[in-house]
Amino acid sequence: MIKLQDYARVIRSKNSGPFELTFDILFDNLEDYEHFVASKVLTKESFAKLYQIEVDDIITFEHVKPARGIKITIPRPWSQGSVGESDMHGSQQYANLLSIEVPEK
Amino acid sequence: MEELRVLVPNGMLGYGFPLEDFERGMKRQPHGIVVDAGSTDSGPQKLALGEMTCPESAYYKELSVLVPAAKKAGIPLIVSSAGGDGTNQHVDLFIKIVEQIANEQELSINLAKIYSDIPKKQIDSALQDGKITAMQNVPELTQEEVDQTTVVTAQMGAEPYLTLLKAEKKPDVIIGGRTYDPAPTAALGMYYGFDSALAWHMGKIIECGAICCVPAGKTVLGTLRSDHFLIEPMNLDAKALPHTVAAHTMYEKSSAFNLPGPGGTLNLEECEFKAETDRTTRISGSRFIKDENYMVKLEGAKVVGYRSITVMGVRDPILISQMDEALAYVKEQMEKELPEECSQSQIIFHPYGKNATMKNLESLTDEAGHEMCVIAEVAAPTQEMAQLVVNRIRTTLLHYGYPGRVATSGNIGMPFTPLEIPLGKVCQFNVYHLLKIEEPVAQFPVIMQEVGK
Repeated sequence: MIKLQDYARVIRSKNSGPFELTFDILFDNLEDYEHFVASKVLTKESFAKLYQIEVDDIITFEHVKPARGIKITIPRPWSQGSVGESDMHGSQQYANLLSIEVPEK
Repeated sequence: MEELRVLVPNGMLGYGFPLEDFERGMKRQPHGIVVDAGSTDSGPQKLALGEMTCPESAYYKELSVLVPAAKKAGIPLIVSSAGGDGTNQHVDLFIKIVEQIANEQELSINLAKIYSDIPKKQIDSALQDGKITAMQNVPELTQEEVDQTTVVTAQMGAEPYLTLLKAEKKPDVIIGGRTYDPAPTAALGMYYGFDSALAWHMGKIIECGAICCVPAGKTVLGTLRSDHFLIEPMNLDAKALPHTVAAHTMYEKSSAFNLPGPGGTLNLEECEFKAETDRTTRISGSRFIKDENYMVKLEGAKVVGYRSITVMGVRDPILISQMDEALAYVKEQMEKELPEECSQSQIIFHPYGKNATMKNLESLTDEAGHEMCVIAEVAAPTQEMAQLVVNRIRTTLLHYGYPGRVATSGNIGMPFTPLEIPLGKVCQFNVYHLLKIEEPVAQFPVIMQEVGK
């Protein structure tokens, strides 16, 4: 097994507007992307579990072949910039994804 | 016209750009310079308090380069979402800056501005007529929230810009209020008769400058043709690769395939990204699906109180091992000692070293570092009250005799004075809704004027 942080090229999170968080995982080449998708280590269900949210809360779960990537969007747990904000741009929320284990090719 | 070239100096006016890259772009004889200044990313306080994303001097510096360059080339310079929030107030400020530059550089500038503030009266009646709908994950809009918001703006589409481009007396510079970021490029594309879907998609990519390239950069040239468009960074060491451009299409959007905006949705399900050269990407197959109703996104924010913080460092492993309990104790004490203040305040602990950044999304909930930084945040109706509560939080945690304590001189390390730091007003986005409008042009008033020599 190999950790996603050592397998993917880009793993990022960002606000998509003040009320949503979006996650992108991008791979170096089509082969890596397709291997990852086929491995099914990241599904709506496993993502929901990792982030302790309900599967039904996931707004978007897309496989984006032209970008060799996966996009996931969820509601922002708190509205951006409100009292208690800890991540204004939502740019640190990807951290859970780094240690996902991907089977070796 | 065979191709339309649009030069974007940087993804955000005020963030700076390499002059040599911009000049390289100008040598390609673009038909327009487009630069966006807006974002909600840095929070609600700008909109609520009338603040800008960058200092005025940053806008002045960049416009001092862009205005004369556009004038000399005889092409329009379009600046959208002036000041960051795009309110009328900041449109007027940008107009003042351009006027100053025109006078200083002895340029005669035909200057247009487009306002995007929506009068509260219009919001009120739209609310009553059911013309406002909440975006996903946003509470329904109420009259009370409308009353509390400082100003409401709407993201305009391409139409107001297109109308200006078609005007008999063409503007040299257009300063736009709050605008859907790709709209100025879309308007240029439509003006010159190109496919609107490709124009919207090119706008979506180049509005961020050369972020879609490797390495990510600032200045980018978009070339729109009849059945595709090209993306090319102006930094010669950077490359726009098919997958980096495709990846950028999904950047900070809810979906990679459906991008809703004013008047319709850009659909990219059949889009193709191909290498044109080793540093230029060709994109085709974008589609634009018009909405039955013309909807614009409203934005508004309100002041919810005053905030104070205190910053506390903890190194003692005995306390760290029971930090959750210790913070619960402090909160309980506060509620006992200051019941009136606590009932009006929000108290939030940020225990850096243990779930402070990701909070309830964190998967490693039980891991703590060997040291922690706890920031206590209090939002209250007045600064004085916030100071009082946060002061009591600090002193309570400072001398709390937690179970197993061996050090009795003080539980926290305090890095800063003042020990309690007043942060001023705290704000919140409270309008983020869709408004159905009948007139995508008339909704956004346009004023033209001649400035300079």
